[in-house]
Amino acid sequence: MIILEWLGLAESAALLSLSAPGWGSNLLRGLANSLQIAFGAFGMGLIIGLFGAYGKLYGGPVLRDLLAIYTTVIRAVPELVLILILYYVGTDLINKAAALMGYGRVEISGVVAGIWVLGIVQGAYATEVLRGAILAVPPGQIEAARAYGMPALMTMRRVTIPAMMAFATPGLANLWLIATKDTALLAVVGFNELTLETKQAASSTRAYFTFFLAAGGLYLMVTLCSGAVFARIEKWARRGQPSLREGRS
Amino acid sequence: MPSAALADQAPPTAQATATQRAAVQVEDLHKSFGNLEVLKGVSLTAKQGDVVAIIGGSGSGKSTMLRCINFLETPSAGKIIIDGEEIEMRADGSPANRRQIERIRTRLAMVFQSFNLWSHRTLLENVIEVPVHVLKQPRAEAIAKARKLLVRVGLADKEEAFPAFLSGGQQQRAAIARALAVDPGVMLFDEPTSALDPELVGEVLTVIRDLAAEGRTMLLVTHEMRFAREVADHVVYLYQGRIEEQGPPAEVFGNPKSERLQQFLKSVS
Ligand SMILES: Nc1ncnc2c1ncn2[C@@H]1O[C@H](COP(=O)(O)OP(=O)(O)OP(=O)(O)O)[C@@H](O)[C@H]1O
Ligand SMILES: [Mg+2]
Repeated sequence: MIILEWLGLAESAALLSLSAPGWGSNLLRGLANSLQIAFGAFGMGLIIGLFGAYGKLYGGPVLRDLLAIYTTVIRAVPELVLILILYYVGTDLINKAAALMGYGRVEISGVVAGIWVLGIVQGAYATEVLRGAILAVPPGQIEAARAYGMPALMTMRRVTIPAMMAFATPGLANLWLIATKDTALLAVVGFNELTLETKQAASSTRAYFTFFLAAGGLYLMVTLCSGAVFARIEKWARRGQPSLREGRS
Repeated sequence: MPSAALADQAPPTAQATATQRAAVQVEDLHKSFGNLEVLKGVSLTAKQGDVVAIIGGSGSGKSTMLRCINFLETPSAGKIIIDGEEIEMRADGSPANRRQIERIRTRLAMVFQSFNLWSHRTLLENVIEVPVHVLKQPRAEAIAKARKLLVRVGLADKEEAFPAFLSGGQQQRAAIARALAVDPGVMLFDEPTSALDPELVGEVLTVIRDLAAEGRTMLLVTHEMRFAREVADHVVYLYQGRIEEQGPPAEVFGNPKSERLQQFLKSVS
């Protein structure tokens, strides 16, 4: 306390305190919402990406064209615009559909909407990351699975997906970090994630510097923790690959 | 589950008699890639316990023939009969019955030129993969058997190693252990030593020689003529997608009739 006082930070500490009148708990609630959406969107992106990658590699011409349009459009349009489009068009469509089926207005949860919107964006990038990773798996390994009588789905589960993880983890780690930061864009549609909570706290107290610095610190902590987790995942995924640094034994 | 397993074990087609049934019978096999006709009617029989060596120049269709036998390539025309069971084909040569192919493939263990071990699995995991997941054998049993096989190919101390950390010779011996783990009726070798440094060839040939001696049925594509002569019961010389000459090794190597085979043998020795 005395040190904070001496540094002139006592006021900031009070503002960030977890108990009222501090705004700390609001910020943490925003962070929790952000992480929840990032998790959901990343997971949804992985699922879309897996189907997208397989579709692009092995699908028929129609499916391949559709996927090409999906990945190109999503990656070409700025995320902020996409979020506005997907959010308003999405909620509008759902309400129209609900009206057609004779329901009233549907209240769409912000978390679910956020996950869908960001998930569709993530899916486009994940499609490309996973397609590249599948292509990097030596074809002989997939052929060996076929040659020993593995059905297609088992080959995918037992050989292709684990083998491609070695090549996919760096790209997926990037996607995860993008997902955590893209949640901030949801502030424009009024969703209470970390950035919007911060903005509200800041404008009510006029302590812009304190709150945005605190939010930046929280985002940084998420990044650092994610980095540590992904480093472990990558080490595991690359367990069969000789490391470049140590050279071959 | 048991009924499905029984249904899977369809009885072999009638034309085969139990006693003198060919392990592999290929009849008038054709294969084209686009306009390029690579196999122009190849027929070949390997009896139980036979070692058939397939030799020929580069691009003569040896690999393609081997790969057609387990349908890694779909033949354009012809018949493939494995242990008396004919593989059902559509008019375009594609397999008509995916389950039949998958079942037959587990009896035809393939050893590849580039080993093709699964890089994210240890040697032991590579060897038990098919027994546990495809053949649904109990894991403990599969592990016990895999350890014996790894001892047999001289890799007892490497079961926890990942393939990329081993020499080519060690990887190929592990690939042979993986093949043996399925108790194959027929082993298909596609130039198993061609990707190896010369000093590593011997250790792999020693393992294959052992397998030949214990009466395994094998189809062996090889450029090692001396080895083919030593282990084969029957030698087939392919030239531009046709069998130019075949017979016992003493005949084919000692007294080749076809001029092309004479040329070929001169060029490789
Ligand atoms: N997937 C494919 N698509 C097109 N052409 C192919 C394909 N696979 C093989 N071929 C062609 O078929 C011919 C025979 O190839 P194959 O691999 O069977 O020869 P090989 O006898 O095994 O030769 P090598 O000793 O070099 O291995 C070659 O001309 C090759 O270019
Ligand atoms: Mg070949």
